[in-house]
Amino acid sequence: MAQRTPLFETHVRSGARMVDFAGWEMPVQYAGILEEHEAVRTRVGLFDVSHMGEVVFRGPRALEALNRLFTNDLSKVADGQAQYGCLCRESGGIVDDVVVYRRAADDLLVCVNAGNRQKDFDWLSGHPGGADVKNESDDWAQLALQGPRAAQLLQRLTPLDLMPIRSYRFARGEVAGVPCLVARTGYTGEDGFELFCPPAAAPRLWDALLDAGQAEGIQPCGLGARDSLRLEMAYRLYGSDMDDGTTPLEAGLGWVVKLDKGEFIGRDALVRQKEQGLARKLVGFVLTDAGIARHGYPVVQDGRKVGEVTSGTKSPSLKTSIGLAYVPPALAAEGSTFGVEIRGRAAAAKVVKTPFYTRK
Amino acid sequence: MEIPDTLKYTREHEWARTKGTQVVIGITDFAQDQLGDVVFVELPDVGDTVKKGESFGVVESTKAVSELFAPLSGKVVEVNDPLADAPETINDDPYEEGWMIVVEPSDPKELEALMDAKAYRAFVEEQE
Repeated sequence: MAQRTPLFETHVRSGARMVDFAGWEMPVQYAGILEEHEAVRTRVGLFDVSHMGEVVFRGPRALEALNRLFTNDLSKVADGQAQYGCLCRESGGIVDDVVVYRRAADDLLVCVNAGNRQKDFDWLSGHPGGADVKNESDDWAQLALQGPRAAQLLQRLTPLDLMPIRSYRFARGEVAGVPCLVARTGYTGEDGFELFCPPAAAPRLWDALLDAGQAEGIQPCGLGARDSLRLEMAYRLYGSDMDDGTTPLEAGLGWVVKLDKGEFIGRDALVRQKEQGLARKLVGFVLTDAGIARHGYPVVQDGRKVGEVTSGTKSPSLKTSIGLAYVPPALAAEGSTFGVEIRGRAAAAKVVKTPFYTRK
Repeated sequence: MEIPDTLKYTREHEWARTKGTQVVIGITDFAQDQLGDVVFVELPDVGDTVKKGESFGVVESTKAVSELFAPLSGKVVEVNDPLADAPETINDDPYEEGWMIVVEPSDPKELEALMDAKAYRAFVEEQE
Protein backbone atom coordinates (compact mmCIF):
# COMPACT_ATOMS: atom_id res chain seq x y z
CA MET A 1 0.00 0.00 0.00
CA ALA A 2 1.16 3.50 -0.83
CA GLN A 3 2.72 5.53 1.96
CA ARG A 4 1.24 8.82 3.07
CA THR A 5 2.76 11.98 4.48
CA PRO A 6 1.36 13.68 7.61
CA LEU A 7 -0.32 16.13 5.21
CA PHE A 8 -2.30 13.51 3.28
CA GLU A 9 -5.63 14.45 4.90
CA THR A 10 -4.92 18.12 4.34
CA HIS A 11 -4.30 17.56 0.63
CA VAL A 12 -7.42 15.48 0.13
CA ARG A 13 -9.57 17.91 2.08
CA SER A 14 -8.24 20.80 -0.02
CA GLY A 15 -9.20 19.05 -3.25
CA ALA A 16 -5.71 18.20 -4.50
CA ARG A 17 -5.44 15.50 -7.12
CA MET A 18 -3.48 12.61 -5.66
CA VAL A 19 -1.17 10.26 -7.57
CA ASP A 20 1.27 7.52 -6.74
CA PHE A 21 4.86 8.74 -6.80
CA ALA A 22 7.70 6.37 -5.87
CA GLY A 23 5.30 4.47 -3.61
CA TRP A 24 3.85 7.62 -2.06
CA GLU A 25 0.34 8.99 -2.40
CA MET A 26 1.16 12.61 -3.21
CA PRO A 27 -0.64 15.67 -4.61
CA VAL A 28 0.19 16.10 -8.31
CA GLN A 29 -1.75 19.34 -8.56
CA TYR A 30 -3.95 21.73 -6.62
CA ALA A 31 -5.10 24.48 -8.99
CA GLY A 32 -3.37 23.21 -12.13
CA ILE A 33 0.28 22.74 -12.97
CA LEU A 34 0.64 25.90 -15.07
CA GLU A 35 -1.01 28.11 -12.45
CA GLU A 36 1.13 26.64 -9.66
CA HIS A 37 4.29 26.97 -11.76
CA GLU A 38 3.52 30.63 -12.41
CA ALA A 39 2.83 31.24 -8.71
CA VAL A 40 6.29 29.96 -7.76
CA ARG A 41 8.04 31.97 -10.48
CA THR A 42 6.27 35.23 -9.62
CA ARG A 43 4.99 34.95 -6.02
CA VAL A 44 5.31 32.01 -3.67
CA GLY A 45 4.28 28.35 -3.64
CA LEU A 46 4.07 25.76 -0.86
CA PHE A 47 4.96 22.10 -1.43
CA ASP A 48 4.70 19.04 0.77
CA VAL A 49 7.97 17.18 0.29
CA SER A 50 7.71 15.01 3.37
CA HIS A 51 8.23 11.93 1.21
CA MET A 52 11.93 12.83 1.03
CA GLY A 53 14.03 10.76 3.44
CA GLU A 54 16.58 11.75 6.08
CA VAL A 55 19.60 9.75 7.15
CA VAL A 56 21.77 11.11 9.93
CA PHE A 57 25.52 10.56 10.53
CA ARG A 58 26.65 11.21 14.10
CA GLY A 59 29.81 10.82 16.12
CA PRO A 60 33.41 11.98 16.02
CA ARG A 61 34.01 10.19 12.70
CA ALA A 62 30.75 11.33 11.05
CA LEU A 63 32.22 13.91 8.68
CA GLU A 64 35.06 11.69 7.54
CA ALA A 65 32.76 8.68 7.13
CA LEU A 66 30.17 10.52 5.06
CA ASN A 67 32.80 12.29 2.98
CA ARG A 68 34.07 8.87 1.90
CA LEU A 69 30.60 8.13 0.49
CA PHE A 70 30.04 11.51 -1.11
CA THR A 71 31.41 12.97 -4.36
CA ASN A 72 31.48 16.59 -3.16
CA ASP A 73 33.67 17.75 -0.27
CA LEU A 74 31.99 18.22 3.10
CA SER A 75 35.23 19.48 4.67
CA LYS A 76 34.83 22.62 2.53
CA VAL A 77 31.54 23.70 4.07
CA ALA A 78 31.00 25.25 7.47
CA ASP A 79 28.56 24.14 10.14
CA GLY A 80 25.15 25.52 9.18
CA GLN A 81 25.85 25.00 5.49
CA ALA A 82 24.39 22.48 3.04
CA GLN A 83 26.04 20.85 0.07
CA TYR A 84 24.71 18.98 -2.97
CA GLY A 85 26.45 15.88 -4.30
CA CYS A 86 26.16 12.22 -5.21
CA LEU A 87 26.54 8.91 -3.44
CA CYS A 88 28.32 6.55 -5.83
CA ARG A 89 28.97 2.84 -6.07
CA GLU A 90 32.46 1.47 -6.71
CA SER A 91 31.47 1.44 -10.39
CA GLY A 92 30.84 5.18 -10.27
CA GLY A 93 27.11 4.56 -10.75
CA ILE A 94 24.89 6.94 -8.78
CA VAL A 95 23.17 5.47 -5.72
CA ASP A 96 21.39 8.80 -5.21
CA ASP A 97 21.86 12.54 -5.48
CA VAL A 98 21.47 14.14 -2.06
CA VAL A 99 21.80 17.34 -0.08
CA VAL A 100 23.88 17.07 3.10
CA TYR A 101 23.13 19.52 5.91
CA ARG A 102 26.23 19.93 8.08
CA ARG A 103 24.82 20.74 11.51
CA ALA A 104 28.27 20.02 12.97
CA ALA A 105 31.27 17.93 12.01
CA ASP A 106 29.80 15.19 14.20
CA ASP A 107 26.17 15.64 13.13
CA LEU A 108 25.21 15.61 9.44
CA LEU A 109 21.77 15.14 7.95
CA VAL A 110 21.50 13.58 4.48
CA CYS A 111 18.31 14.42 2.60
CA VAL A 112 17.60 11.58 0.15
CA ASN A 113 15.07 10.97 -2.61
CA ALA A 114 11.76 9.36 -1.61
CA GLY A 115 12.17 6.35 -3.86
CA ASN A 116 15.64 5.69 -2.47
CA ARG A 117 14.93 5.88 1.27
CA GLN A 118 15.61 2.22 1.99
CA LYS A 119 18.29 1.74 -0.68
CA ASP A 120 20.27 4.74 0.58
CA PHE A 121 19.98 3.76 4.20
CA ASP A 122 21.15 0.22 3.36
CA TRP A 123 24.06 1.66 1.38
CA LEU A 124 25.06 4.26 3.96
CA SER A 125 24.65 2.04 7.02
CA GLY A 126 26.55 -0.67 5.15
CA HIS A 127 29.54 1.70 5.02
CA PRO A 128 29.30 3.40 8.42
CA GLY A 129 33.04 4.21 8.63
CA GLY A 130 32.81 4.42 12.40
CA ALA A 131 29.85 6.81 12.44
CA ASP A 132 26.47 6.20 14.01
CA VAL A 133 24.12 6.02 10.99
CA LYS A 134 20.42 6.37 11.64
CA ASN A 135 17.39 6.41 9.36
CA GLU A 136 15.29 9.34 10.59
CA SER A 137 12.99 9.47 7.57
CA ASP A 138 9.88 8.91 9.63
CA ASP A 139 10.91 11.53 12.18
CA TRP A 140 10.73 14.46 9.78
CA ALA A 141 8.12 16.18 7.64
CA GLN A 142 9.35 18.66 5.07
CA LEU A 143 7.67 21.66 3.49
CA ALA A 144 9.18 23.67 0.65
CA LEU A 145 8.27 27.36 0.50
CA GLN A 146 9.54 28.63 -2.84
CA GLY A 147 9.33 31.84 -4.81
CA PRO A 148 10.45 35.48 -4.81
CA ARG A 149 8.10 36.35 -1.93
CA ALA A 150 9.03 33.33 0.23
CA ALA A 151 11.49 35.25 2.43
CA GLN A 152 9.19 38.17 3.24
CA LEU A 153 6.39 35.75 4.15
CA LEU A 154 8.57 33.45 6.25
CA GLN A 155 10.19 36.38 8.08
CA ARG A 156 6.78 37.35 9.52
CA LEU A 157 6.40 33.89 11.05
CA THR A 158 9.82 33.38 12.61
CA PRO A 159 12.03 35.13 15.17
CA LEU A 160 15.05 33.92 13.14
CA ASP A 161 16.77 36.62 11.13
CA LEU A 162 16.60 35.19 7.60
CA MET A 163 19.09 37.66 6.11
CA PRO A 164 22.23 35.75 7.15
CA ILE A 165 20.66 32.45 6.03
CA ARG A 166 21.87 32.80 2.48
CA SER A 167 21.59 30.18 -0.26
CA TYR A 168 22.52 26.69 0.96
CA ARG A 169 22.67 27.79 4.59
CA PHE A 170 20.33 26.80 7.38
CA ALA A 171 19.52 27.42 11.01
CA ARG A 172 17.33 25.98 13.72
CA GLY A 173 14.36 28.06 14.81
CA GLU A 174 10.62 28.26 15.27
CA VAL A 175 8.21 28.96 12.43
CA ALA A 176 4.68 29.73 13.56
CA GLY A 177 5.66 28.19 16.89
CA VAL A 178 6.84 24.93 15.28
CA PRO A 179 10.49 23.97 15.85
CA CYS A 180 12.12 23.69 12.42
CA LEU A 181 15.36 23.33 10.60
CA VAL A 182 15.05 26.29 8.24
CA ALA A 183 17.17 25.80 5.12
CA ARG A 184 17.54 28.16 2.19
CA THR A 185 17.46 25.31 -0.32
CA GLY A 186 15.02 24.11 -2.94
CA TYR A 187 14.37 22.43 -6.26
CA THR A 188 12.70 25.23 -8.21
CA GLY A 189 15.40 27.75 -9.12
CA GLU A 190 13.69 30.46 -7.09
CA ASP A 191 14.69 31.87 -3.75
CA GLY A 192 13.03 29.82 -1.06
CA PHE A 193 13.23 27.59 1.97
CA GLU A 194 12.84 24.00 2.97
CA LEU A 195 11.43 23.54 6.46
CA PHE A 196 12.15 20.28 8.27
CA CYS A 197 9.73 19.81 11.16
CA PRO A 198 8.23 17.11 13.40
CA PRO A 199 5.54 15.18 11.45
CA ALA A 200 2.81 15.84 14.00
CA ALA A 201 3.28 19.60 13.61
CA ALA A 202 3.30 19.58 9.80
CA PRO A 203 -0.43 20.26 9.28
CA ARG A 204 -0.24 23.22 11.70
CA LEU A 205 2.80 24.64 9.91
CA TRP A 206 1.18 24.11 6.48
CA ASP A 207 -1.98 25.95 7.54
CA ALA A 208 -0.05 28.78 9.18
CA LEU A 209 2.02 29.37 6.04
CA LEU A 210 -1.05 29.30 3.79
CA ASP A 211 -2.97 31.68 6.07
CA ALA A 212 -0.15 34.17 6.45
CA GLY A 213 0.76 33.84 2.78
CA GLN A 214 -2.56 35.18 1.53
CA ALA A 215 -0.90 38.61 1.46
CA GLU A 216 1.79 37.26 -0.88
CA GLY A 217 -0.64 35.35 -3.10
CA ILE A 218 0.58 31.97 -1.90
CA GLN A 219 -0.42 28.85 -3.84
CA PRO A 220 -0.27 25.25 -2.59
CA CYS A 221 1.54 23.21 -5.24
CA GLY A 222 1.86 19.59 -6.27
CA LEU A 223 4.55 17.41 -7.77
CA GLY A 224 3.56 18.39 -11.31
CA ALA A 225 4.76 21.97 -10.87
CA ARG A 226 7.75 20.74 -8.88
CA ASP A 227 8.78 18.73 -11.94
CA SER A 228 8.28 21.50 -14.51
CA LEU A 229 10.08 24.00 -12.27
CA ARG A 230 13.10 21.74 -11.72
CA LEU A 231 13.30 20.85 -15.41
CA GLU A 232 13.42 24.53 -16.44
CA MET A 233 16.52 24.72 -14.21
CA ALA A 234 17.88 21.46 -15.71
CA TYR A 235 18.03 20.03 -12.18
CA ARG A 236 18.37 16.28 -12.55
CA LEU A 237 15.68 13.93 -11.27
CA TYR A 238 16.91 10.64 -9.87
CA GLY A 239 15.20 7.69 -11.56
CA SER A 240 14.55 9.71 -14.71
CA ASP A 241 17.80 11.44 -15.63
CA MET A 242 20.16 9.16 -13.74
CA ASP A 243 20.29 5.90 -11.84
CA ASP A 244 22.72 3.24 -10.60
CA GLY A 245 23.87 2.73 -14.18
CA THR A 246 24.93 6.33 -14.86
CA THR A 247 27.83 8.24 -13.38
CA PRO A 248 27.84 11.87 -12.19
CA LEU A 249 30.25 12.72 -15.02
CA GLU A 250 27.82 11.38 -17.63
CA ALA A 251 24.94 13.16 -15.88
CA GLY A 252 26.72 16.51 -16.14
CA LEU A 253 27.35 16.64 -12.40
CA GLY A 254 31.13 16.88 -12.67
CA TRP A 255 30.93 20.14 -10.70
CA VAL A 256 29.99 18.17 -7.55
CA VAL A 257 32.70 15.53 -8.06
CA LYS A 258 35.91 16.45 -6.23
CA LEU A 259 38.39 13.89 -7.52
CA ASP A 260 41.30 15.55 -5.73
CA LYS A 261 39.77 15.60 -2.24
CA GLY A 262 41.07 12.13 -1.34
CA GLU A 263 39.52 8.68 -1.33
CA PHE A 264 35.79 8.16 -1.73
CA ILE A 265 33.74 5.25 -3.02
CA GLY A 266 33.52 5.45 -6.79
CA ARG A 267 36.52 7.74 -7.16
CA ASP A 268 38.75 5.25 -8.98
CA ALA A 269 36.05 4.45 -11.53
CA LEU A 270 35.36 8.14 -12.10
CA VAL A 271 39.06 8.94 -12.54
CA ARG A 272 39.26 6.13 -15.11
CA GLN A 273 36.16 7.34 -16.89
CA LYS A 274 37.52 10.85 -17.04
CA GLU A 275 40.82 9.63 -18.51
CA GLN A 276 39.15 7.38 -21.06
CA GLY A 277 36.53 9.91 -22.03
CA LEU A 278 32.76 9.68 -21.71
CA ALA A 279 30.63 7.56 -24.03
CA ARG A 280 27.58 9.74 -23.46
CA LYS A 281 26.63 13.01 -21.86
CA LEU A 282 23.42 14.45 -20.52
CA VAL A 283 22.55 17.64 -22.39
CA GLY A 284 19.74 20.16 -22.40
CA PHE A 285 17.90 20.61 -25.67
CA VAL A 286 14.98 22.50 -27.17
CA LEU A 287 12.76 21.11 -29.90
CA THR A 288 12.77 23.36 -32.94
CA ASP A 289 9.91 21.31 -34.48
CA ALA A 290 6.45 20.98 -32.97
CA GLY A 291 5.92 18.37 -30.27
CA ILE A 292 6.95 17.53 -26.73
CA ALA A 293 9.83 15.18 -25.91
CA ARG A 294 9.16 12.67 -23.13
CA HIS A 295 11.20 10.32 -20.96
CA GLY A 296 12.29 7.30 -23.02
CA TYR A 297 11.92 8.81 -26.50
CA PRO A 298 14.87 7.87 -28.76
CA VAL A 299 17.46 10.42 -29.85
CA VAL A 300 18.15 9.71 -33.54
CA GLN A 301 20.81 10.71 -36.02
CA ASP A 302 20.77 9.57 -39.67
CA GLY A 303 17.91 7.19 -38.90
CA ARG A 304 19.81 5.46 -36.11
CA LYS A 305 19.15 5.58 -32.37
CA VAL A 306 22.12 7.27 -30.70
CA GLY A 307 20.70 8.32 -27.37
CA GLU A 308 17.62 8.76 -25.21
CA VAL A 309 15.49 11.52 -23.75
CA THR A 310 15.35 11.35 -19.95
CA SER A 311 13.03 14.30 -19.19
CA GLY A 312 10.90 16.57 -21.31
CA THR A 313 8.01 18.97 -21.12
CA LYS A 314 6.69 22.17 -22.57
CA SER A 315 8.32 24.87 -20.46
CA PRO A 316 5.54 26.88 -18.82
CA SER A 317 7.83 29.92 -18.42
CA LEU A 318 9.49 29.86 -21.83
CA LYS A 319 6.64 28.29 -23.84
CA THR A 320 9.18 26.14 -25.68
CA SER A 321 9.58 22.40 -25.67
CA ILE A 322 12.59 21.53 -23.49
CA GLY A 323 14.28 18.35 -22.36
CA LEU A 324 17.33 16.46 -21.15
CA ALA A 325 18.87 13.61 -23.13
CA TYR A 326 21.89 11.34 -23.14
CA VAL A 327 23.77 11.81 -26.41
CA PRO A 328 27.22 10.83 -27.75
CA PRO A 329 29.91 13.45 -26.94
CA ALA A 330 30.04 14.42 -30.62
CA LEU A 331 26.47 15.74 -30.29
CA ALA A 332 26.86 17.32 -26.86
CA ALA A 333 28.23 20.76 -27.78
CA GLU A 334 25.94 23.76 -27.62
CA GLY A 335 24.30 24.23 -31.02
CA SER A 336 24.55 20.54 -32.00
CA THR A 337 21.42 19.19 -33.65
CA PHE A 338 19.76 15.78 -33.59
CA GLY A 339 16.33 14.24 -33.90
CA VAL A 340 13.94 13.17 -31.16
CA GLU A 341 11.65 10.41 -32.32
CA ILE A 342 8.08 11.27 -31.41
CA ARG A 343 5.48 8.71 -32.49
CA GLY A 344 7.62 7.48 -35.37
CA ARG A 345 8.72 10.88 -36.65
CA ALA A 346 12.00 12.66 -35.97
CA ALA A 347 11.46 16.14 -34.53
CA ALA A 348 14.46 18.47 -34.81
CA ALA A 349 16.25 19.32 -31.56
CA LYS A 350 19.12 21.63 -30.71
CA VAL A 351 21.49 21.51 -27.74
CA VAL A 352 21.28 24.66 -25.63
CA LYS A 353 22.95 26.06 -22.55
CA THR A 354 21.30 25.21 -19.24
CA PRO A 355 19.54 26.24 -17.13
CA PHE A 356 16.80 26.83 -19.65
CA TYR A 357 15.29 29.43 -17.35
CA THR A 358 17.13 32.29 -15.65
CA ARG A 359 15.66 33.95 -12.59
CA LYS A 360 14.53 37.50 -13.27
CA MET B 1 -19.13 18.27 -14.52
CA GLU B 2 -20.82 19.15 -17.74
CA ILE B 3 -22.28 16.34 -19.92
CA PRO B 4 -24.58 17.89 -22.56
CA ASP B 5 -27.72 15.83 -23.28
CA THR B 6 -27.47 16.33 -27.03
CA LEU B 7 -24.13 14.60 -27.57
CA LYS B 8 -22.96 11.00 -27.95
CA TYR B 9 -19.99 9.65 -25.99
CA THR B 10 -17.25 7.00 -26.06
CA ARG B 11 -15.67 5.04 -23.25
CA GLU B 12 -12.43 6.89 -24.05
CA HIS B 13 -14.16 10.20 -23.24
CA GLU B 14 -14.63 11.65 -26.72
CA TRP B 15 -17.91 13.28 -27.67
CA ALA B 16 -19.64 13.37 -31.08
CA ARG B 17 -22.22 15.86 -32.30
CA THR B 18 -24.25 15.63 -35.52
CA LYS B 19 -24.00 18.61 -37.83
CA GLY B 20 -26.06 17.90 -40.96
CA THR B 21 -24.55 14.78 -42.48
CA GLN B 22 -21.30 15.38 -40.66
CA VAL B 23 -20.09 14.71 -37.11
CA VAL B 24 -18.07 17.06 -34.90
CA ILE B 25 -15.66 15.35 -32.47
CA GLY B 26 -13.92 16.51 -29.29
CA ILE B 27 -13.07 15.36 -25.76
CA THR B 28 -15.34 15.65 -22.75
CA ASP B 29 -15.21 17.93 -19.74
CA PHE B 30 -14.25 14.89 -17.65
CA ALA B 31 -11.38 14.10 -20.02
CA GLN B 32 -9.95 17.62 -20.00
CA ASP B 33 -10.23 17.76 -16.22
CA GLN B 34 -8.39 14.46 -15.84
CA LEU B 35 -5.67 15.57 -18.25
CA GLY B 36 -4.99 18.88 -16.58
CA ASP B 37 -3.55 21.78 -18.55
CA VAL B 38 -3.44 20.79 -22.21
CA VAL B 39 -0.24 22.19 -23.75
CA PHE B 40 -0.05 20.39 -27.10
CA VAL B 41 -2.44 18.81 -29.57
CA GLU B 42 -1.73 16.80 -32.70
CA LEU B 43 -4.66 16.31 -35.10
CA PRO B 44 -5.03 14.67 -38.52
CA ASP B 45 -5.15 16.67 -41.76
CA VAL B 46 -8.25 17.38 -43.80
CA GLY B 47 -8.70 14.47 -46.21
CA ASP B 48 -7.26 11.85 -43.81
CA THR B 49 -9.46 8.95 -42.86
CA VAL B 50 -10.14 7.95 -39.28
CA LYS B 51 -11.29 4.54 -38.11
CA LYS B 52 -13.66 3.84 -35.24
CA GLY B 53 -11.76 2.95 -32.09
CA GLU B 54 -8.39 3.85 -33.58
CA SER B 55 -6.15 6.75 -32.68
CA PHE B 56 -6.63 9.95 -34.67
CA GLY B 57 -4.28 12.19 -32.71
CA VAL B 58 -2.90 13.04 -29.29
CA VAL B 59 -3.36 15.62 -26.58
CA GLU B 60 -0.54 16.31 -24.17
CA SER B 61 -0.70 17.90 -20.77
CA THR B 62 2.34 19.16 -18.91
CA LYS B 63 2.80 15.67 -17.53
CA ALA B 64 1.33 13.14 -19.94
CA VAL B 65 0.51 12.08 -23.48
CA SER B 66 -3.02 10.80 -24.24
CA GLU B 67 -4.25 9.35 -27.50
CA LEU B 68 -7.51 10.41 -29.08
CA PHE B 69 -9.77 7.63 -30.33
CA ALA B 70 -12.23 8.06 -33.17
CA PRO B 71 -15.85 7.53 -32.12
CA LEU B 72 -16.65 6.50 -35.70
CA SER B 73 -15.06 5.93 -39.11
CA GLY B 74 -14.98 8.43 -41.93
CA LYS B 75 -13.12 11.15 -43.71
CA VAL B 76 -11.83 14.28 -41.99
CA VAL B 77 -13.42 17.33 -43.62
CA GLU B 78 -12.46 20.02 -41.12
CA VAL B 79 -9.79 20.46 -38.41
CA ASN B 80 -9.78 23.01 -35.59
CA ASP B 81 -6.40 24.50 -36.53
CA PRO B 82 -6.42 27.33 -33.94
CA LEU B 83 -6.00 24.65 -31.23
CA ALA B 84 -2.35 24.26 -32.30
CA ASP B 85 -1.58 27.72 -30.94
CA ALA B 86 -4.17 27.72 -28.18
CA PRO B 87 -4.44 24.14 -26.87
CA GLU B 88 -5.74 25.50 -23.54
CA THR B 89 -9.06 26.10 -25.35
CA ILE B 90 -9.68 22.37 -24.82
CA ASN B 91 -9.66 22.99 -21.05
CA ASP B 92 -11.65 26.19 -21.22
CA ASP B 93 -14.43 25.11 -23.58
CA PRO B 94 -14.26 21.39 -24.42
CA TYR B 95 -17.68 21.17 -26.08
CA GLU B 96 -17.67 24.31 -28.24
CA GLU B 97 -14.45 26.21 -29.08
CA GLY B 98 -12.42 23.15 -28.11
CA TRP B 99 -13.85 20.86 -30.84
CA MET B 100 -11.17 18.92 -32.70
CA ILE B 101 -12.26 17.53 -36.05
CA VAL B 102 -15.32 17.19 -38.29
CA VAL B 103 -15.82 13.81 -39.97
CA GLU B 104 -17.97 12.72 -42.90
CA PRO B 105 -19.00 9.31 -41.52
CA SER B 106 -18.66 6.24 -43.73
CA ASP B 107 -21.27 4.41 -41.66
CA PRO B 108 -23.66 6.80 -39.88
CA LYS B 109 -25.06 3.88 -37.88
CA GLU B 110 -21.84 3.84 -35.86
CA LEU B 111 -23.03 7.02 -34.18
CA GLU B 112 -26.10 5.24 -32.82
CA ALA B 113 -23.91 2.68 -31.06
CA LEU B 114 -22.28 5.35 -28.87
CA MET B 115 -23.42 6.15 -25.33
CA ASP B 116 -26.00 8.84 -24.72
CA ALA B 117 -25.50 11.43 -21.98
CA LYS B 118 -27.23 9.32 -19.34
CA ALA B 119 -25.16 6.23 -20.05
CA TYR B 120 -21.96 8.28 -20.19
CA ARG B 121 -22.72 9.95 -16.87
CA ALA B 122 -23.17 6.55 -15.25
CA PHE B 123 -19.92 5.39 -16.87
CA VAL B 124 -18.00 8.39 -15.55
CA GLU B 125 -19.41 7.96 -12.05
CA GLU B 126 -18.12 4.40 -12.11
CA GLN B 127 -14.65 5.70 -13.01
CA GLU B 128 -14.48 8.13 -10.12
